[in-house]
Order: sequence, then structure tokens, then C-alpha cells
Amino acid sequence: MKVTIDGIEIDVPKGTTILQAARMIGQEVAPPTMCYYSSLKTSGGYCRTCIVKVTQGSAANPTPMPKPVASCRTEVMDGMVVENVTNKDVLEARKGVVEFLLVNHPLDCPVCDQAGECSLQDLGYGHGAATTRYEFPRREFERIDIGKYVQLHMNRCIMCFRCVKVAEQLTDNRVHGVMHRGDAAEISTYIENVIENDFSGNVIDVCPVGALTDKTFRFKSRVWFTKPVDASCDCKKCSGKVRLWMKGEEVLRVTARKDQWGEAEEFICNTCRFDRKKTSDWKIEGPTKVDRHSVISQNHYNHLNELKVQVLKQQKALGFMDINKRP
Amino acid sequence: MSSQVHGAQKFDKAKRAETVFSEEAMKTAQTIISRYPEGKQKSALLPILHLAQAEFGGWLSPETMDYVASILKIRPVEVFEVASFYTMYNLKPMGKCVLEVCQTSSCWLNGAEDIVKYIEKKLNIKVGETTKDGMFSLKVAECLGSCGTAPMLQCGASYHENLTYEKVDAILETYKNEGRLRSYTDLDYKNTL
Amino acid sequence: MGRKLLIHNDKVPGINTLEVYRAHGGYASVEKALKTMQPDQVTDEVKKSGLRGRGGAGFPTGMKWSFLAKPEGVPRYLVCNADESEPGTFKDRYLMEKIPHALIEGMITSSFALGAKQSYIYIRGEYFYVARILEAAIAEAYAAGWLGKNILGTDFSHDCYVQVGGGAYICGEETALLESLEGKRGNPRIKPPFPAVAGLWGCPTVVNNVETIAAVVPIVNMGGEEYAKIGVGKSTGTKLISASGHINKPGVYEIELGITVEEFIYSEEYCGGIRNGKKLKAVVAGGSSVPILPTELILKTAKGEPRLMTYESLSDGGFQTGTMLGSGGFIAMDEDTSIVKNLFTFSRFYHHESCGQCSPCREGTGWMEKILKKFLDGTANESDVDLLWDIQSKIEGKTICPLGEAAAWPVAAAIRHFKHEFIEIAQKKKFVDISHYDRLNKIRA
Repeated sequence: MKVTIDGIEIDVPKGTTILQAARMIGQEVAPPTMCYYSSLKTSGGYCRTCIVKVTQGSAANPTPMPKPVASCRTEVMDGMVVENVTNKDVLEARKGVVEFLLVNHPLDCPVCDQAGECSLQDLGYGHGAATTRYEFPRREFERIDIGKYVQLHMNRCIMCFRCVKVAEQLTDNRVHGVMHRGDAAEISTYIENVIENDFSGNVIDVCPVGALTDKTFRFKSRVWFTKPVDASCDCKKCSGKVRLWMKGEEVLRVTARKDQWGEAEEFICNTCRFDRKKTSDWKIEGPTKVDRHSVISQNHYNHLNELKVQVLKQQKALGFMDINKRP
Repeated sequence: MSSQVHGAQKFDKAKRAETVFSEEAMKTAQTIISRYPEGKQKSALLPILHLAQAEFGGWLSPETMDYVASILKIRPVEVFEVASFYTMYNLKPMGKCVLEVCQTSSCWLNGAEDIVKYIEKKLNIKVGETTKDGMFSLKVAECLGSCGTAPMLQCGASYHENLTYEKVDAILETYKNEGRLRSYTDLDYKNTL
Repeated sequence: MGRKLLIHNDKVPGINTLEVYRAHGGYASVEKALKTMQPDQVTDEVKKSGLRGRGGAGFPTGMKWSFLAKPEGVPRYLVCNADESEPGTFKDRYLMEKIPHALIEGMITSSFALGAKQSYIYIRGEYFYVARILEAAIAEAYAAGWLGKNILGTDFSHDCYVQVGGGAYICGEETALLESLEGKRGNPRIKPPFPAVAGLWGCPTVVNNVETIAAVVPIVNMGGEEYAKIGVGKSTGTKLISASGHINKPGVYEIELGITVEEFIYSEEYCGGIRNGKKLKAVVAGGSSVPILPTELILKTAKGEPRLMTYESLSDGGFQTGTMLGSGGFIAMDEDTSIVKNLFTFSRFYHHESCGQCSPCREGTGWMEKILKKFLDGTANESDVDLLWDIQSKIEGKTICPLGEAAAWPVAAAIRHFKHEFIEIAQKKKFVDISHYDRLNKIRA
């Protein structure tokens, strides 16, 4: 199936979503995501950051779709034409979504362990407005510990539901979920209870913000002062393929290996994540190739490749400001 | 939502052990479950939560919800998620008679605010509170589908419409004299009074 | 007097019982359909009738039915949407409470057309007592052989059940309703797939409003063509209108689509004019989510033609000067009404009812309510009007389900037509808000 995204055509198999197709083209045209996670079934569609405009439904039925669609949950049709970064309305709508996501966010980045690898930070930086128009008190919840190793800081949650899907799809007894509704909705166990499960730590990796953080890493270091190293071990519970975040010879944190979209390549078990904190526990494979997701990579991917030039040319023709330049 | 709670709740194992439907309620529950295809018994959750709320004192404690989960063979968290989504399930103890005054457009246009103020003054409680004797709780509700007979209030299964202060007096008097728990599942609903 | 097809017998004593209902011609459509028609013929009659969904969206019912997937060996379901919760709407409650068998009959006939062996009536939890009335009617229908195995000796068997909800407006959205019916949180599903392909428990499902299903009865009885003769253009048949607000005779009226709005408001047959001798200020014609219109635009279109009670005429002029028939929740407001405060009650409502799944609705509805509260408290600025406008524009069309639009449209329309009221309040000129209770009881006295 042929689909054109921001003027760039690509051939994709049937069943591919617009988002997947855009990712195949490259990060220049890939919509940002907050709730979609390719390895979690039924994820996506909620946050609305990946919305795009379909200007031609398909070759057979060229009618444009009346409303912007969530690219992560919309399958491409043959001959579909999609506008993302070349459509001003889409960028304006996305700015609106970012503002909504930030309305109740505490913006406590200076003391948040997620800072530096937070999807909301990246999104706000790339797509948000510089000031807030929200003047009311923000929603507040008590911090709670869910299990020995995980802290839930509900104030920061943006309701992506990934952690619930992880528990539902990776473990056999989900004990936390979404309580209440509307802007009073919260992620909770409801009962004072601990999450005790070999894979519960993965909720930390899938959380796009600092709502679920690793207590063993709490206030140990800013992430950009730690060095990512790929390592592995013989683990009975999981693949044992992890990423160590080191300072000198010290292992401060263990996470799954994440791809360029910030998604875990393979989920890891709690033993690997929380209990193997010595270098001698691991076989070091070498320094991680820096991905797009982290601030550490800032200077590594900003080069102007051919795709970028192509997109910028279109934007210029449409009278766009360079969205990557800040005033 | 005044009847809602936030944060993690305590769970009392002894109380849970005592939480069992009466034989009659169990029969009703089984009838409800039988309306759905094999394996789809979770569908009965909403009606059974109504039943449980009426059976166990007008609210859903964590123990009650855990019990409901066991009947339907689903995980307790699924019950908490559902019960906390809908407005009719009370997650904390309430008065025997929960007065829910509709406050949306048509009811507002016909004096719902005055009705609320009148009840607040008369019962000496604010919206979201319960009288000291545990008889009445006052809530405001969003559109209850009684716009043509506004203002109105709901108490258990009963709709009280075209309210005046005198009618409110009569309702409170009657309910106080009857002195019993009023539930949505009551069969003796009255929508005139 | 206009023709009535749905609630013409509402005043007959005992019409809620099977015996009286049957004596007044009840269940004839089941007899006609099961004994003399093929299922597809029933669907054809519904198509010919031009019946459009009475819940609010106005989608052609026959077409919706024809989309139903019919894979071998997979059950199909008919689900009745009785979750009536749109502010200003109470027609379904009236119909179910007064003439429960009209709905049950419609359920059987429609299920026959769709090949559904089971159907569910999902009714909002607050209508618990109405669910009791329906259950009693269903029990009567089973006892008389209208439900159950081999109805009227044919090979069509059908079971119909009532399920009560738990209190959530969003369950009126059909996929949220299905979630709720499955015992889950009322979160709208992401479409596609549509219920016609994967609905209740993943099976093909048709979800129709109470009034839509009840309308199938006269359509089958009189024939689709005959039904289509009533009304104007693509607005065929009769419609139940819930009339409320500052009118002399609030209540449920069955109208022939096509009467003028003016007649509906001022004639003695319907609303009987504005009470207390006041002038009409504005009307919300189709339930809280449709745009509010000032008197001059509700009585006449921008072109100066009389506005009719039809889908087309009410939406004439688009949202700039028109509105929608919606669910037929008709709220009239007199000259003393504060449009801003009425809007506040709507925005509070949508904030309260947002399911919280998608961010624009979850965060935006509460934000709009908080800004409107500033107008009530006298702390709003003129810039707040622009901010409100911008927020609603960023919710509209960006959400999973139509609740986003339902929350955005009333805000947009109030600002579009009554901006001066917002500005006056922001400029700290007097804020009109007299006691509505006193006004009401002036008439009662």
C-alpha cells in the first residue's frame, strides 16, 4: 500500500498504521507519542498528541477525513495522503494537546528523576507554548509506594494507561488500575497493597513521565550524569539484556534497552532491574549507542539530513516558522 | 464527587469474611448473571454492585467489592475501577436517605439552587455532608432526566418532581418517620409525594 | 392536531399493562412481521420510512441496520440505548414509564429484522424504577408468548433483558454503552471497528435509541412509505420533543416533523408560550450539546424563513446561525435568564461527565468550567472570553468520542451569539441572577 506523509511516499504492508508508516520514513515526519507503545496491545489513541490530518482517505475514496485522526490507531489505506509537520492546523492542535497535558502537571522537573528522559519534557519543548494560560490550582495527590521498588507520583501522571496495560498483559494478576473518572481519575491500587510481581518494574520503563519511578535510583543522580552501558546476564526470568546507567564503576540504575522511539526492546524482570547493582553481576557489552530520546543525545541527531531538508522546504513554502528554532 | 474517596484504602479481612449475600440476594444475583452468555458474567457487575450497595448498608466498602469480585470470578481491581467510575456507587458510608438534587440547566432555571439552599438550612448540613443522626446525606446531581418537572430530587428509587419548599418538608418528614435505608433497588418507589 | 404514532395512548388507564396495550392494537407489528414478512423486508420498510436515529445523531436507521455484519455462527445483538442523560431530554423516560410495551414490541420486531436472538435494554441507573416497569412488562410479554421460544409458533425465538447503568452520561455514547454493558468502565472505544462489526462481546451489534426502536412499530404497521409521508423532506415521521425551561406547559410532546418552531413554543397544543408574560430570550433546541440560539434565529433562519422543527431547518445556516434537532431536548429561556450562568451549568455537567480517557476532554472541560465560574464570581476579565473560545476550539474534533464536541459547542454558541453578556460581566456591570424559585412560584400561586 502506498501512503504519502508530508509529501514523502512509502510502500507499507496492509494493516500498518499511519504512525508506523511515518516512523518507517523517519523521525522528521513521525508524530510524537505519549500513550502509544508498540509492544502493548490496545495502547494508543488516548493522549491525542499523534493526531494528523488525512487529506485524502484513499485512492479509491479520496475524500479527506473530516477530523484529525490519531495516527497510532488509524490504519493506512492505499493512496492515503497524510499531513503532519506540514499542516499548520495539526501543529496548532498538537500545541493545544500539549497545553492540556500540562494543565495539571506540577512542572517539578528540577526534582523529578525522569527529567532528561521525559517524553512530556521533550513534547513540551518541541510543540508547546512558552507560557501557560492556566491560572487555577493544580490537581494534587499523595505520593504512594506501590511495592518495595516503585513510587507512584500521581501528580505527574498524564493518563497514558501504559502501566495498566503492562500489568494486564505481562503479569497474571493486575492489582492496580484506573480509579474514578474525568480529571479526578487516578492510577491506584485502591487497596493499600503492594505490587509483588516479577515484572512489575516494567511500569517504570513504560511510564512516559515521572509518575512511576525507581526507588532504588531516587535522587541518586540526574540521568544525564550517568553513562548508559549495554549489558547482559544469564537470567532465568527474562532475556537478561539490559541497560546499565553508571557513574564511574557504580551501577546506579538498570533499565530495559530502549529503541529510538523510547520503547523497551524487551521487558526485563525485577531481579535484573533492582537486585543486580554490581558490575560483577553483568557481562558488559559496551557503551550504548545514544538514542534520540535522551537529552544526552542533543548534539548527536540535529544534523540536517536529506529528509529534514525536504520537510523544511515544504514548511518554508507554506510560510512556516522553523518549529525547531525557539524565539 | 462527594461520595468518592481517593488514595489507597484499608482492607479488613475479618470484615470481608462476614460479607455474604442473604439467600434471597444471592438468588437475585444468580438471576442477573444468567442474563449473559457463558463466560460473560462480568457483564452483571453494575447491577450486582447496586444489589450489594443496597444489601450492605448503602455503600460499597473495599470488602464488599472484594466479595462481588469473588462472585463474578473477576479481579478485585476490576470492581474498584468500575465502582469508582459511576456516580451511583457510594465509596464511603452515607446517610440512610441520600437526597440528590439535580442542578443542571432546566432544574437551575426552575430554582434548583434555592432547593439546595433550603435543604442545607433545614438539615443544617452542606452539600456532601450527612446529618449527625445519619438519616440524610445531601448531594447535587447532574441531569436526572426530569427537566420538564423541574426542580427535582432523587432519593433511592424515587423521583420527587416539581419541588416546592412544602414538598421538600413533606419528603423529609415522611422519610424521617420511616427511618429506613432507601436504595435505588427499592421496589416501593414513589414518584409523587 | 398533529398525528401521533408513539404516545397517542399515553393517557389510557392501564396502558402500561399488556392487556390494555394489546386491546389498543399492541403487538400487531410483531404479528405482521413474523407471520407475513421476511427479516429483510422489515429492514426495507424501515429504510423506506426515512426514519433517522432519535437519540441525537440523526443517522438513517435503515442504513445502520444494513451495515450489520452477519457472519455464520456468530450471535448478533440489538441493544437499546435507554441511557437518556442529555440535559433537557426526558422523552424516553416518559415513553418507557407510560407505555413500556411500545418499547418491548419494537425490540421484538427490530430483533426479528436483524436476526438477533438476544437483546438488551441498557437503561441509566437513575431510572431504576423505570427498569422495574420494563421488567414487569417483559415478564408479561414472556407469559403471553411474545418473548421466549418460537414466538407465535414461528421459528423466531427471542430473549430481551434490561440492564441498569451506574450513573454516567458517557454511557449514552454507543461504544461506551457496550463497555458498560460488559461490566466495565464507560470508556468509549476507539473506532473502527464499529459496533455493526464488533460490538457487544465482539459480536455484530446494532445500538438504537428507545424512540427509534418504538418508531419501528408504526412503521411496520403502516408501511414505510406511508410513514415517510409524514414530515418534510428527509425529516420523516413524528418526533418526541422534551420541552422544559420557562414555558407555560413543560412536558413531552409528539410532533409531526415540520411544524414551525413558533407554533411549538406559542401554541396551546404544545408549550403554550413563555410563562409570566415574559419574552423569549434563547432556546437550546436539541439537548444541551447543540448550539443555543437567540429568539430571532430560532424563530426564523438567517434568510428570514420560518424555522421548522426538522433536522434540516434547524441546522440551516450551519453553526453560524443554526443549530441541530439533536435529541429533541427543547429548553426555552426567558428574557431574565443569564446565558452565562446557564452555560456554566452545562460546562459543569460536561466536566463532571468526562470519562477521562483522552486529554483534551479530560483537562479542557474542567478548565472551561473554572473560567466560567470566574464569571459567576465576578472575577473574570475580557480576555477570558477569548481564552474560552480558544479552549473549546482545541477540544472540538480532537477527542475519541463526541463528548468533546458536546462540551465545546455550547461554549462556542454562547460566545457567538451572546458575547456582550460575557463582556458586561467582565466589565463588572451588573450581573443579573434573580431567584428562579421565586419566579416559578409566582405562577404556581
